[in-house]
Amino acid sequence: MTIRMLGRHLREGCKNLLRNGWMTFASISAVAITLLILGATLVIALNAQQLSNYVAGQLQVNAYLKQNVSSAQAQQITAEVKALPGVSSVRYVPKQQGFKDLQQRLGKDYQDVLQGFSNKNPLPDKIVVQAADPKQTLSIAQKIRALPGVDRVDDGKQVVDKLFRFLDLVRNIGVVFVVGLVVMAMFLISNTIKITIFSRRREIEIMKLVGATNWFIRWPFLTEGIIIGVVGAVLPFAIIAYAYHSVYARLGGTFLAVAFPLIPTAQLAQKLALVMFGLGIVIGVWGGIMSVRKFLKI
Amino acid sequence: MIEMQDVWKEYPNGAKALNGINVHITKGEFVYVVGPSGAGKSTFIKLMYREERPTKGHIFVNGFNIERLKDRKVPLLRRSIGVVFQDFKLLPQLTAYENVAFALEVIGIPKRHIKRRVMDALDWVGLADKAEMLPSQMSGGEQQRIAIARALVNNPAVIIADEPTGNLDPDTSWEIMKLFQRINDRGTTIVMATHNKEIVNTMRKRVIAIEAGQIVRDEEKGLYGYDD
Ligand SMILES: Nc1ncnc2c1ncn2[C@@H]1O[C@H](COP(=O)(O)OP(=O)(O)OP(=O)(O)O)[C@@H](O)[C@H]1O
Ligand SMILES: [Mg+2]
Repeated sequence: MTIRMLGRHLREGCKNLLRNGWMTFASISAVAITLLILGATLVIALNAQQLSNYVAGQLQVNAYLKQNVSSAQAQQITAEVKALPGVSSVRYVPKQQGFKDLQQRLGKDYQDVLQGFSNKNPLPDKIVVQAADPKQTLSIAQKIRALPGVDRVDDGKQVVDKLFRFLDLVRNIGVVFVVGLVVMAMFLISNTIKITIFSRRREIEIMKLVGATNWFIRWPFLTEGIIIGVVGAVLPFAIIAYAYHSVYARLGGTFLAVAFPLIPTAQLAQKLALVMFGLGIVIGVWGGIMSVRKFLKI
Repeated sequence: MIEMQDVWKEYPNGAKALNGINVHITKGEFVYVVGPSGAGKSTFIKLMYREERPTKGHIFVNGFNIERLKDRKVPLLRRSIGVVFQDFKLLPQLTAYENVAFALEVIGIPKRHIKRRVMDALDWVGLADKAEMLPSQMSGGEQQRIAIARALVNNPAVIIADEPTGNLDPDTSWEIMKLFQRINDRGTTIVMATHNKEIVNTMRKRVIAIEAGQIVRDEEKGLYGYDD
């Protein structure tokens, strides 16, 4: 197709849209609302994914040693853990150190309580292990569990499982919602275009009689759909990008107190634009094709 | 040029419009198609530009094998045929010029070639001075001339007309017929379904009479042969 033809099809598409102002408005609104919700869902989903990656990356295995393990043995175990495949870092925390850490963490208010334990430290020695790949965390924990002298191993599995289950739920609800809205938007677009086709039956009839190709006839209606899709994507994209930007700035790039880093605005906006404009165009093209289909039977 | 071999047409609702048509029309001929209402004249004509497809039989038009013609290629067939109808089929919001130009525009002819060809066609039908008028501002005869200019503008080998004078008074009908005669004189084949007895009997041409979907008469310089 030449530029000249493209120009004509675009012009025709715009003319039709203006001629049926209210239907156009309704279709664009439907697309905009759909994409607004989709975009919001996407922002949450992307950040949730980021969150789960982050949490998984932070995941540590805490191996507590038996009380009767001597310091030399503990060093020995630490070395063994370090030798396990897939382990990126190992830190040995003797019970004295653990006690100090606890003191520091609890602060002044609890000093009295802790004082009572000072010469009878109840904490075990601890080895903190980090996996090179978060996915390996569980299998590494399993191997450490089998080592002699190890009492208890905490791999954080429960926390992560709960988090993932929650994220899955959020995602599924989002998907159902968005699919429903997309279908509705397509329906509205195809109806809008049907009306413009109806008012142009004569024109299409003549085009066919004088030998215009089906694609030539189809293009203005496709551009009509594409325009609806793109215009319908602009506003919700702007709203979401701006809202996200504001929230991001206000929170200083982290989520609440968890110190979880949010996705930077520019990076998120890129993905958002791709999905929203892409989907807007897909909805529009689909609506256009559906509506023009039965009018083109020769 | 136009060839039909044992052509049958039954519409989906069961109406048997054509029952075994054999016809051969050579280049440059002028043919009237006559017959009572419902005989199948329009169907006969629609088969030629593939508005309808035959239930059975072979059709060749301008070298196109209608039977084998892919949907994709139908536009090429139609560009080799000009069609004219009783109701003109002009676009009311477009001027005379734009109506004719439309036929070139939608088959992708560049703008710079369009103007010249449209003005030539309007000139040919004698309406160059009404180029900027809307159909609603023109008489029926003038509107039909515009429609003919549109059919001609792409230089088709055949003009197919279904009752082109059906909506016109006798004087205007004669004007239109003179125009068709001039078109035929330059070598364009003309196939015209008509109910106009006076014209058929005065401007004598080949007459194909269809009754109940069959050709009952086919003669050179024939007569209309019906009373209406
Ligand atoms: N689209 C259609 N669907 C079903 N039946 C049709 C269709 N078009 C025509 N017919 C039937 O086919 C037969 C022939 O119709 P056609 O229009 O070809 O006749 P005609 O000779 O052109 O008549 P007229 O002189 O009134 O224009 C008629 O019985 C008509 O009812
Ligand atoms: Mg008829």
